[in-house]
Amino acid sequence: MKKPKVGIFDFACCEGCQLQLANMGEQVLSLLGSLRVMEWREVMSETWGKKLDIAIVEGSITDPHAVERIQRIRRRASVLIAYGSCATIGGVNGMKNNFVFDEIRKYVYGDSYAFFPTEPTKAVHQVVEVDYFIHGCPVYIPEVVTVLKAALQGIPYYVPDYPVCVECKLNENVCMYDRKVTCLGPVTRAGCNSWCINNGNICYGCRGMVSNPNEKGALDVLAKYGIPTSLVVNKMNMYNKCRELDEP
Amino acid sequence: MKKKDLKIRVEYLTRVEGHGNIVIDVAQGKLETCRLEIVESPRFFEGMLRGRSIFEAQHITSRICGICACGHSLASIQAAEDALGIVPTKQTILLRKLLLHLELLDSHLLHIYLLVAPDLLGVKSFVPLLEGNEDVVRRALRMKKTCNDLCDILVGRHVHPISAIVGGFTKLPRPKDLDAMLDLLAGLRDDMEEATIALKPYFTFPAFERDTEYVGLVSDDGEYPLLTGDVGSTDGVRMTKKEYRNVTNEFVVPHSSAKHSKLSRESYAVGALARFNLNADKLHVRAQHVAAEIGLVPKCINPYMNTAAQLVECVHCLEDAIAIVETLKANPLNYDEEIVVGLNEQRKIPVRAGSGVGAVEVPRGILFHHYEIDDNGIITDANCVIPTNQNTGNIEYDLMKLVPEILDRKDDEIVLAVEMLVRAYDPCISCSAHCLKVDIKR
Repeated sequence: MKKPKVGIFDFACCEGCQLQLANMGEQVLSLLGSLRVMEWREVMSETWGKKLDIAIVEGSITDPHAVERIQRIRRRASVLIAYGSCATIGGVNGMKNNFVFDEIRKYVYGDSYAFFPTEPTKAVHQVVEVDYFIHGCPVYIPEVVTVLKAALQGIPYYVPDYPVCVECKLNENVCMYDRKVTCLGPVTRAGCNSWCINNGNICYGCRGMVSNPNEKGALDVLAKYGIPTSLVVNKMNMYNKCRELDEP
Repeated sequence: MKKKDLKIRVEYLTRVEGHGNIVIDVAQGKLETCRLEIVESPRFFEGMLRGRSIFEAQHITSRICGICACGHSLASIQAAEDALGIVPTKQTILLRKLLLHLELLDSHLLHIYLLVAPDLLGVKSFVPLLEGNEDVVRRALRMKKTCNDLCDILVGRHVHPISAIVGGFTKLPRPKDLDAMLDLLAGLRDDMEEATIALKPYFTFPAFERDTEYVGLVSDDGEYPLLTGDVGSTDGVRMTKKEYRNVTNEFVVPHSSAKHSKLSRESYAVGALARFNLNADKLHVRAQHVAAEIGLVPKCINPYMNTAAQLVECVHCLEDAIAIVETLKANPLNYDEEIVVGLNEQRKIPVRAGSGVGAVEVPRGILFHHYEIDDNGIITDANCVIPTNQNTGNIEYDLMKLVPEILDRKDDEIVLAVEMLVRAYDPCISCSAHCLKVDIKR
């Protein structure tokens, strides 16, 4: 069997999810051994520019130039994987959509703000068709391996559609609500093995919301602990503002 | 001799973090244009921070950059604590110093062995090295992973640390964790020694010099300053971190629309070489030995040698990291300092209106974060000044001196020399794009 040709591309993001590949250490060589990486600007000078079997795309689409670029990548890739929260749900880049664009451009770039064309931040699937989603800020390596295996075999991968709480309970963490702070675990997709809560922090919702969040249950929890709903909505919008752009 | 025309267009410079272009035009032997363009999409971090809680600043600003995530976190935490009037405990400071060492090690090792080494060995990337030199690549990846594993133990992960927050740590390492860290650090020391020996025959850089001002943290004690100190320069400037705007003096230049920084001269440099030039005498003795072996002496004004200074700093950070973990082992940690803060909805940390500045030496140089907060702890103003941003002007002045000196060479050699110079600064463009202006020709 011929090894599939793969390209790794980045849009508006911190490139930390690409770095997660390098953080796999020698394991990345086994991964590289089963495919042919044709383009990966962050670590390679080689270029290709032709048909790809798999395109791995990191980052959000935030300006007109990026829209054209992602469309070109989509046209030459048989399979497209949205990689990391910025690509799958817009991620922190979505917070920009809370502001009036001319105002935020002037705030950051002063009088010369007109040099910076910007559009509402979009997740990749809000611009082109996406075949696989690898959520997380950053991505969780065991899940990356699972999805890549599925993509190489041409079989689907189903992102867990139950909340982080399920994994958190299995990890025997004390519930953050019992520790008197709010946590987005109850409405956020699992698959990260409750990474942040295992380390004593709260869930910030970086993997996006479950498709059918238990809103009533969440409201009951908030009421029990006397936490205003607005606080939680504001937290949701740190990573999940772009969900407003999804087709209903 | 025929006067030479030369056009260099390096679009999307590879093996750097983020998207940058190099534009050089020579007509009739005269340098007309020389620019490092930043073409990363702007992400508006400072704008987005407004209206968020100061207790979210670390989480959000960590996402400016995946490589410097721990550095941004530490600068952000320092600025936030300055604004809130929180003084961290000794234990917290020690753990933060350890985290910063791991950050420098992780980033420098990636840069030296995976991004720069291909230039020294005459290949396009580490991929061709897999044929015949697989052990070398495996060792580089193993060193990178070790740093990552150390961060996993200390703060949950390296890319976007979890447990380092305003007020301290949400999880503190247990004795078995300290033992595991010592084992990993010992393995890293072996790998680094072997890697240094293997690299040394190829560790030669173009003989290019340009005198400039070097800026970084300085202090009066004997410690190589990375987390705390004043801001100083090789031209004798010294200011407190609160005066950072008088150091960075960001301005717009006519030949490029990218913002530049200057202090005592037309430009200045930050990063490993700047720190070495300012504080070489405070490095760990083993690091000083390595500097002597590779011929690095302050004040070194060859910008290519930034990679050499990174190698020296790796040794310092490794040795000091081992010393810190051994100190932590000898004096058991106080686990009552583990904190649960969330968004501080329980007001466990007292909040007040204020202004705070963080100044931390991250892999690429000094990083400033500055926040203004209201009496509810909501951010009203934010400013981040990034090392790569401070270096851009200096890189361009280097290129302006370098290109005329090497015009008689073949074009591909010139392009390689220029690319290697920019790469030597280890530019981090994701970081800088939040505030650099993009040069768009219309």
